[in-house]
Amino acid sequence: MDGEQVGQQALRLHIPDTERGPGAEPPEVRFISAAGEMRRPELDEPVERIALMRKQMVRVLDDDGAATGPWDPQLTADQLRTGLRDMMLVRAFDARLLQAHRQGKISFYMQCLGEEAIACAHKRALHPADMHFPTYRQQGLLIAGGYPIVQMMNQVLSNEADPLKGRQLPIMYSSKEYGFFTISGNLATQYVQGVGWAMASALSGDTRIASAWIGEGATAESDFHAALLFASTYRAPVILNIVNNQWAISTPEDFARGASATFADRGFGYSIPALRVDGNDYLAVYAATRWAAARARGNLGPTLVEWVTLRRGAHSTSDDPSVYRPAGEASHFPLGDPIANLQRHLVTLGQWDDDRHAALSNELDAEVAAAFAEADAHGSVKSGHTADPRTMFDDVYAELPRHLREQRDQVGR
Amino acid sequence: MTMIEAIRDAHAVAMERDERVVVFGEDVGYFGGVFRCTQGLQQRFGSHRCFDSPISEAGIVGTAIGMAAYGLRPCVEIQFADYVYPAYDQIVSEAARLRHRSAGDFTAPLTIRMPTGGGIFGGQTHSQSPEALFTHVAGLKTVVVSNPYDAKGLLLAAIEDDDPVIFLEPKRVYNGPFDGHHDRPIVPWSKHPLSEVPEGHYTIPLGEARIHRPGGDLTVLAYGTLVHVAQTAAEETGIDAEIIDLRTLLPLDVDTIVESVVKTGRCLVVHEATLTSGFGAELSATVQERAFHHLEAPIVRVCGWDTPYPHAHEWSYFPGPARVGQAMLEVMGR
Repeated sequence: MDGEQVGQQALRLHIPDTERGPGAEPPEVRFISAAGEMRRPELDEPVERIALMRKQMVRVLDDDGAATGPWDPQLTADQLRTGLRDMMLVRAFDARLLQAHRQGKISFYMQCLGEEAIACAHKRALHPADMHFPTYRQQGLLIAGGYPIVQMMNQVLSNEADPLKGRQLPIMYSSKEYGFFTISGNLATQYVQGVGWAMASALSGDTRIASAWIGEGATAESDFHAALLFASTYRAPVILNIVNNQWAISTPEDFARGASATFADRGFGYSIPALRVDGNDYLAVYAATRWAAARARGNLGPTLVEWVTLRRGAHSTSDDPSVYRPAGEASHFPLGDPIANLQRHLVTLGQWDDDRHAALSNELDAEVAAAFAEADAHGSVKSGHTADPRTMFDDVYAELPRHLREQRDQVGR
Repeated sequence: MTMIEAIRDAHAVAMERDERVVVFGEDVGYFGGVFRCTQGLQQRFGSHRCFDSPISEAGIVGTAIGMAAYGLRPCVEIQFADYVYPAYDQIVSEAARLRHRSAGDFTAPLTIRMPTGGGIFGGQTHSQSPEALFTHVAGLKTVVVSNPYDAKGLLLAAIEDDDPVIFLEPKRVYNGPFDGHHDRPIVPWSKHPLSEVPEGHYTIPLGEARIHRPGGDLTVLAYGTLVHVAQTAAEETGIDAEIIDLRTLLPLDVDTIVESVVKTGRCLVVHEATLTSGFGAELSATVQERAFHHLEAPIVRVCGWDTPYPHAHEWSYFPGPARVGQAMLEVMGR
């Protein structure tokens, strides 16, 4: 086409038209490397060389359950079993709270089915004092960190024992002690705050690092780009995690990514080394986290990690994925299931068997059931057993100002 | 001392006293800010305490919130209040609510400074007064300063406060107490008693108004540049106005307001921001709720018109001494 012809053509807008709905083919996952295929760069390797890895994928576990290649973190059998337990506890916890939603005991819930390895391995690979700036599907950070699950349930129930006093939507946990920043419902805000926290840690000569979390859909928010720029400019000791679970409610990743790009590509324009990692491979998550953390602790700056996984469930209990999800997407997903993947590895090593797995599963179900019974005894927002409504005026400011004191006096009058 | 020098001095005192205080923003470090409010701080305290940022208000405020949650005391500059909107989500949904939503687990003790208001031919993107967009948000404190003495004491109080503070600096009074007559020679701060700024540390508590001019005829509720404009109007009309400089809009010093209105029985509310849903509406309602039976005349508001701030018609937009004086006469029934 020459210029004149171009000028006469009516313009057309491209709207990504990924097939959706139960009759559609499950979307393809691009750039899947074989386990052990990717090299492990030096911590201070130039970003231009690491950039070549943006369209590959760090994987450790092969299809037979063997660990292979330079990214194998060489975890002990006990560490592997701990990882399996963490993930299974998260899954049992989610299952019980989904049931509680069906029973009408809670108003809302979000599970992380299929994504358990990312938060669980990441938390175990960092120091307990490091600070996470999570989004809403990282309950694994708290559970793998040993936070009492009954407290999480109290929060979800918004009951009289809720540590957040009924102020937050269910699952919007907060615990400074466990390195878990208060969750916001507004997407991407925490990403740049995590960078700021890391800058403060470096300004203070501290040794703690930050880990900021975002979903692939929310990388479209401008706060994401501000976070990358500030992290790059000041070489903040932060890990910038993108959990790519393929779906932003009903919208596939195409809308947030750019046609041929990966989310790991976002790092290169900001000179931030970026990895693309199999998020359903506990060992790969652990190893990539350790690599990124070592860079941060060595004052080498931020690392961006795209964790590739699949949101197997609905976005939330308010969502109906049957309208837009292709049927059989989970069974077609080429990276499998994180719990099954690690289970197979342990069995391959001769460190696990079906009986032990069934016993652990029963033990965790009992642990979750006992915790839920304890939380349930404190009532719920549905039963009206909540914090005193007058406490809503606390913590708006450090000290209660006059106008809030006057308003508090009018509550329930 | 000019108000710029007073603000600069407050920064230096805060940074000297508390190593957790860090200062950053666009052009704030090497250059010292486009209005020079941070001049010399980087040279004196080093580039780890005072530094330049990329042009990203969301990034400035977002990282400052993370720093504050860590335990630092960031004091950041937004180059013009008109530029704050990319950071509005971070201020409204995040800084304002961290303490509440985490039940006190995380807090955001940060100060966000912004030059505000018109009178410098800045057009619609360098002249706005967005204070009502912040006073409407639970969890924020909002300060508007009018003179060097207050600016230093209030900025130190803001930096030391455990909650996020929006700190608005009317740029028209940076260099002198603008009387509202744009066609007259500029009067410098050096001739004004409120330019006498003590050395070292002092604070003015947030939430305390100041009686700028005592009087018995009517109460004028004002802040920022309009404090000086109201004074001019009082002098030109000969009305014995009691001018209250609110200084902090939230928390509001209700007692000082009510006490004055009970005494005078008349109330005029003035501000430069647009009229509708402006902070004047809150002031008017407060007076009506708490001093209605003492009022001898309806409360009147004189504010910026409900239009964008026009470049060529700045002085038709600005609520100058003529409009304020006319309103004083109206409230007095003359």
